[in-house]
Amino acid sequence: MTGSPSPYREGARRAAAIAPAVFVFGVSFGLLAQTAGMGALASIVMSATTFAGSAQFAALSVLGSAGGIAAAATAAILLNARYVPIGISVAPVIEGSLWRRLLEAQLVVDESWAFSRRRDGTYDRGVLLGAGLVLYASWNGGTAVGAFGGEALGDPEVLGLDGAFAALFLALLVPQVRSRRALAAALLGAAIAFVLIPFSSPGVPIIAASAACLVGWRRA
Amino acid sequence: MSSTWVVVSVVGAATVAFKGLGPVVLGGRSLPPALGGIVSMLAPALLAALVVTQTVGGARELVFDERLLGLGAAVVAIVLRAPLLVVVVVAAAVTAAARAF
Repeated sequence: MTGSPSPYREGARRAAAIAPAVFVFGVSFGLLAQTAGMGALASIVMSATTFAGSAQFAALSVLGSAGGIAAAATAAILLNARYVPIGISVAPVIEGSLWRRLLEAQLVVDESWAFSRRRDGTYDRGVLLGAGLVLYASWNGGTAVGAFGGEALGDPEVLGLDGAFAALFLALLVPQVRSRRALAAALLGAAIAFVLIPFSSPGVPIIAASAACLVGWRRA
Repeated sequence: MSSTWVVVSVVGAATVAFKGLGPVVLGGRSLPPALGGIVSMLAPALLAALVVTQTVGGARELVFDERLLGLGAAVVAIVLRAPLLVVVVVAAAVTAAARAF
């Protein structure tokens, strides 16, 4: 570790690149939740506790289409199951009391997790928490604005924001592919996701793709 | 309790548990070497899968739309070593512009 700026600030700085897009999606979640009859308070509580955009939109779309409670919950839970392996990957740097570890773990989302990965494959707790806090504030602030009838800042799709996330993940992926093994994991993960998208609920392709990390298996 | 609150509670509790499981059980300890090797490959595997699902993912179907052009623009920006913010903004701008035509 170089001692330069604090890792929290570094995490916040990196997250600033995507925070505006997260905010706009938060607003649209808040607005859509009202049209789906979810209620302002429920949408705000969901953003505060679930803090995972894709799962929340999935639950909302099923609820809105009268698809049933079980279907809505299942869709969201499948989408968030990836946080089990992701949580295991950052576990070595999350220290302190049980409650503190549980609380800090809630700031893990795809973006904060990816920002916090160091080149040597370990994770930086300060960057994770700094980025996580900025994204948490953006997502929840956006949800509140949308929930209380704030005017849409614009349709995220018209603004092209749905195209921003793939770009972010690709930009974060490229520096990680520094070995043949990492390249194999990336290609296999992408292939598994691609093949499964037409045949499974959203979320399943991502969980299945995490199996590609087995290319990292080696005898202890 | 209305159906909305059932979903909010169940999904919220499940997500808190998913995110917390690793840090609560293994927090602060280094992973066993065999598991460490596997987990170190999680980032490339999952990030690549996220690129795919965010680009062509739909509801049980592959959707090839303007997001692909946005990703193409991002590739160019990445090759040119643009900063992260520029990569993200270029991808959004190209996606939006393509959609507007």
